[in-house]
Amino acid sequence: MKSFFRTDAQPSLAATWVLSILFFVVLIAAYLLGSYYRHLENPQDKVMPTFSEMLDGLKRSAIEPDRNGDLRLWIDTLASAQRFGLAIAVIFLAIPLGVGMGLFPYVEALFYRFLVFFDKIPALSVLPILFIIFGLDELSKIALIVIGVFPTVALDAHLRAKSIPREQLHKAQTLGASEHEIAYRIVLPQIFPKMLDTIRLNLKAMMLLLIAGESLAATVGLGYRIFVVRRYVAMDIIIPYVLWMTGLLFLTDWFIQWVIRRRYVWVDK
Amino acid sequence: MPRCRWLVATMLITVVVSALPQMVLAKDRFSLAISIYAGWMPWYYAKDQGILKKWAERQKISIDVVEMDYIPSVEAFVAGKVDAAVMTNMEALAMPAKAGLDTTVLIVGDYSNGNDALLVRGIPEVKGLKGTEVYLVELSVSHYLLARALEMHGVKESELKVVNTSDSDIAPAFIANKSQKAVVTWNPMVMHIEQTPGVSKIFDSSKIPGEILDLLVVNTKLLNDEARFAEALVGAWYEVMSLMSQRGPEADKAMTAMAQRANASLNEYKGQLRTTAMFWTPTAASDYARSAEIKEKMDFVRNFCFTHGLLGEDARSVDVVGISYPDGTIQGDGRNVKLRFDTRFVDKAKAGQPRQD
Repeated sequence: MKSFFRTDAQPSLAATWVLSILFFVVLIAAYLLGSYYRHLENPQDKVMPTFSEMLDGLKRSAIEPDRNGDLRLWIDTLASAQRFGLAIAVIFLAIPLGVGMGLFPYVEALFYRFLVFFDKIPALSVLPILFIIFGLDELSKIALIVIGVFPTVALDAHLRAKSIPREQLHKAQTLGASEHEIAYRIVLPQIFPKMLDTIRLNLKAMMLLLIAGESLAATVGLGYRIFVVRRYVAMDIIIPYVLWMTGLLFLTDWFIQWVIRRRYVWVDK
Repeated sequence: MPRCRWLVATMLITVVVSALPQMVLAKDRFSLAISIYAGWMPWYYAKDQGILKKWAERQKISIDVVEMDYIPSVEAFVAGKVDAAVMTNMEALAMPAKAGLDTTVLIVGDYSNGNDALLVRGIPEVKGLKGTEVYLVELSVSHYLLARALEMHGVKESELKVVNTSDSDIAPAFIANKSQKAVVTWNPMVMHIEQTPGVSKIFDSSKIPGEILDLLVVNTKLLNDEARFAEALVGAWYEVMSLMSQRGPEADKAMTAMAQRANASLNEYKGQLRTTAMFWTPTAASDYARSAEIKEKMDFVRNFCFTHGLLGEDARSVDVVGISYPDGTIQGDGRNVKLRFDTRFVDKAKAGQPRQD
C-alpha cells in the first residue's frame, strides 16, 4: 500500500490494466446486482433493465423500424448531428473574431467587454427567451449552442493572439506584410491547432446545450428521444442512447486530436 | 497516520448514526409525492395546515409530503422512492402499472371538465388541423385529448404533425410566435393563452367528461401490508373536501391559501375549479369508481396507450395490462392485473362523513 502514493512508482503492465478497468468493473457489477434484485421483486421492472433488455432496446431503436417506419437511432443521430454541425460551423467564426480582437486595438475595444459579459450569461437560462424570439424550430436550438460557446472560443482566440510575441509582428511588417497578412499568415496558423483543442474541450458543453434544446421542443433528435421515452420509463432505450452519445463524443474528441497530431506535427505536446 | 484514521472513523460513524433513525422507523414513515394542479391543491393545503399530520398521528404513523414536478413525481413512484403519488388515470396505467408495479387507485379526486384544451389561431374547427403542427407534451394527457378530438372528427393523427414541447415553455412560445397555429395544454397555461387576441378554443375536456381522471394512487403491496397509510390519506382528503365544498368564508380562506400555492389569484383558482369536476364526497367518488361509465372511459384511455406504444413497444394487445374494478370485473389480462380501483377506504370514510346539502 505504501507504494501506491510514491511519485517514482512504476506499475507493471498488469497492474496498470487492472487498476484502469477497476472502476468500470465495479460500476457494471453494482448495476447488474441492482438490476437483478429489482427483477426478483418485479420481473417486469423497467427502471434498471438487464443487459439483454438493453440490447433488445438497442435493436428496436437501430434495426427495427418503429410505428412510423423510421429507424429511430439513425434519424435522431442525423438530426442532432445537423444541429451540432451547423453550430460548430458558426462557432469556428469565433476564431477569426478572436484573432482580430487580439491584433487590432479598435476591434478589441469594440468587442471585448461585450463578449466577456456575454460569456457569463448561463446559456440555459436564456432558452425560454430564445424560444420566444426564434420560435421552437432549429434556429433557437442552434442559437442556444452558439450563445453558450461562441464567446468562450472567441475570448480564448483573443488571448492566444495577444500572446504572440510582438517581435514576430514587427519582423513581418519589416518584411512588407500587410495587416491582413499578419493576421492570416502569421498569427492564425500558429494558434489554429490550439483553437482546435479549445473547441474539443467545449464539445461537452455543446452537447449539453444541444440535448437541453432538443428535450424542450423538437420532433426528432437524440435529446428529444430520451425525453419522450421517459414517459414509457424506457430505460432500456435511454441507457443505450446515453452510451451511444458518449461514444460519438469520444469519437469526435479523438478525431480532433488525431487531426491536430497529423496536420500540425510541429505543435508541442 | 493515526489522525487520518480518526477522521475516517468519525465520518463513518456520523453517516451510520444519521442513517439509523431511517432504518428503525422505516415501517412507520410513508411518503406522498404531489405536484401543482388545480385538483391537487387540496394536498398542499392539507400539508401546510397540518391536517395530514393530524390524521397521520391518529394512525400512529408519519407521512412525508414531497413537492415535485409532475412527471418526476410519477417516476419517483414507479421507482419505489415514494409510497403514494397524485397522477391521472393515463399515467397510472402507462407508467407504474405498465412497468409492473401493482398500483391501487385509492381516491378518484376529480375529472378534467375543460381544464385541458386545444387552442388555435385561425382554424375554425378540428377538421382544419390537417397539415398543421400541433404543439403539446407528447404522450401526455394533452396528446390523449388531441387523439380523442381527432377521433371524434374523423381526422387521423398522421394527417398532422405533433411537436413535443415541454410544459414550461409551451405557453410563452405560443403566445409570442404568431406562426404557431395549434397548441394543446392544461390549466393554468390554457387560461394565459386564451387571453391572447386571435386565439380560440375549438376542443376541450368538457367534451370528453370523465375520461381524464385525477387520482391518488398507492403502492398495492404497501396498502395490503399497512392500511393505516390509506386511512390517514383518505381522512385528510375528505376533511379538506368538505371544507372546500361548503360555501362561505372558511372555504374561501382555504381556497385563497391554495390559490397562493398555485401562484394564482383566488378568482383564477376558482375559475380553474369550475373546469374541474371534483368528487366532493366519498359517496360521489365511490359511486363513480363503481359505475359502468368508468370502465368505458378507461377503455378509451387504455386503447390510446396501446396504439401509442405506452403499454410497451412490443405489447401484443391492449389487454396486456389488467385493470380491476371494485365489483371484481377485470379489463385485460386477468393474470397481470396491475391497476386496481379500490373503494374500500373511501367507503369507510362514507360512514363518518358530515351530512351534505
